[in-house]
Amino acid sequence: MKSHSMVMLRRNFKHIARNPMSIFNAILMPVVIMLMFVYMFGDAFDVGVNYVDYATPGLMLLAVCYGLGATAIAVNSDMTKGIINRFKVMDVSRGAVLTGHVVASVLTNLVAIAALLGVAFLLGFEPAAGLLDWLGAVGVVVLLGFATGWLTIALGLAAKTPETAGLASVPLIMLPFFSSAIVPAGKMGPGLKQFAEYQPFTPIIETLRGLLNGTPATGTLIAALAWCAGIAVVGYLWASSTFKKRA
Amino acid sequence: MTDLAITASGLRKAYQDKTVLDGVDLDVEAGTVFSLLGPNGAGKTTAVNVLTTLAKADGGTVRVAGHDVATEAKAVRAAIGVTGQFAAVDELLTGRENLQLMVDLHRGRGGDRVVGELLERFDLVESAKKPVSTYSGGMRRKLDLAMTLVGNPRILFLDEPTTGLDPRSRRTMWSIVRDLVADGVTVFLTTQYLEEADHLADRIAVLDQGRLVAQGTSDELKRRIPGTHVRLRFTTAGELDAAARVLTDATRDDEAMALRVPSDGGTKSLRSLLDRLDEYALAAEELSVHTPDLDDVFLALTGHTTEVLAR
Repeated sequence: MKSHSMVMLRRNFKHIARNPMSIFNAILMPVVIMLMFVYMFGDAFDVGVNYVDYATPGLMLLAVCYGLGATAIAVNSDMTKGIINRFKVMDVSRGAVLTGHVVASVLTNLVAIAALLGVAFLLGFEPAAGLLDWLGAVGVVVLLGFATGWLTIALGLAAKTPETAGLASVPLIMLPFFSSAIVPAGKMGPGLKQFAEYQPFTPIIETLRGLLNGTPATGTLIAALAWCAGIAVVGYLWASSTFKKRA
Repeated sequence: MTDLAITASGLRKAYQDKTVLDGVDLDVEAGTVFSLLGPNGAGKTTAVNVLTTLAKADGGTVRVAGHDVATEAKAVRAAIGVTGQFAAVDELLTGRENLQLMVDLHRGRGGDRVVGELLERFDLVESAKKPVSTYSGGMRRKLDLAMTLVGNPRILFLDEPTTGLDPRSRRTMWSIVRDLVADGVTVFLTTQYLEEADHLADRIAVLDQGRLVAQGTSDELKRRIPGTHVRLRFTTAGELDAAARVLTDATRDDEAMALRVPSDGGTKSLRSLLDRLDEYALAAEELSVHTPDLDDVFLALTGHTTEVLAR
């Protein structure tokens, strides 16, 4: 006797193992971006601290976002190829089908972030975080992966083709660049600065930054958690209703 | 036996303001093949989606295997198997793993045996360990159907099961369907191939723009249009006139300079027809025997052609 969720999750893992290109992108791209910013541009940005220490938390968030494209495409191809319909007729619950995708997505995120941190340490990353801070940072990353994962699943379910599903996840990949991930929002031009300050990813990045510096700030943490919860709820409700309606 | 596997009455379904199904009534007896025939966009897939609990009807009642699809979806799902319009197979898994996935989801016992039997039955043993992405269209369809059969459904919905298949794979699919029916499975089949409905179905319903325009056996439908006839085409109007005087039961088609002579198409009646022409020293430019097929039926019933006529 196996639960449907376990069967689904195992299927998602097999997919990842057999389609290494999809997570290659999820893992390699953030590393490439890290090398690019830290080596090429890092010295040009005056952020007051060692640039790799400044950029790593933001790149962790970027790594989460880069993993989402593959999730959107995987969910969409299940939908458009009729695989989700097959599961529905077999009475496999929505929870089982979608949870498999969410969990696979979050685990891909964790692998990508582990790789990213490995490279960061090679580049001289020196976090001041204690064990509790690290646990908190991992918790925030998982929460973020979970929230954006649900949103991405909704996008994947709603998109007409795998190509549009992939495109739909692009804003999520672009958003970190317009946040405090790469440079402090205060250094940006008017308009963009306000956008960067108030967009959801900035408090999440600042929370990660604080945790990794060993100086977590309650204010940004609450904002980060609220944003994650909000994104997760919207994504979950949207995904659920699309799953139910679309045949 | 009048055991009904599927009944629908007054079935209506619209997407936004576009009416897709507009009052469809149908009954399918258990153990028979029922074919819903229609061109692209007639509403076939929507009908299948409603009958299989994937979409909710806007009006009307549908019972499948004795259960209401709206209120007893779970019981309906337990009795049916559905093979959609596109092969719903997992490309990254092997054929065997796809079947195993179905067994696991059915929480079935003796999975290996079930999987082995289906691979054997659908002639997929050799490719069982290869990823489905390497399969041909015909193999995908076979695997798709094999996956649907894992739960031993008593009522099977096949939505355009042979669209896009080569003639050989199509024949294979037909023989598989016949075997299933021989085992007592009820098959609800949609198709845009008239030949397919003619070959497989006990009863055929013709769907056009969301309405059933005819329902009956293949023979009953054929009876609704002119029967078999011989068509004689002449080169001059003079010859046509002369022939028309001799063959008094024929109908003329002046534009095509042709005569349509009722005939059973057999050699005996053909010979006597030719003898009569000889007797009066008449020669036709061309002779052809027309047996009505479902294309003619569709044209006669709806007043417009199907897209498949060109095939």
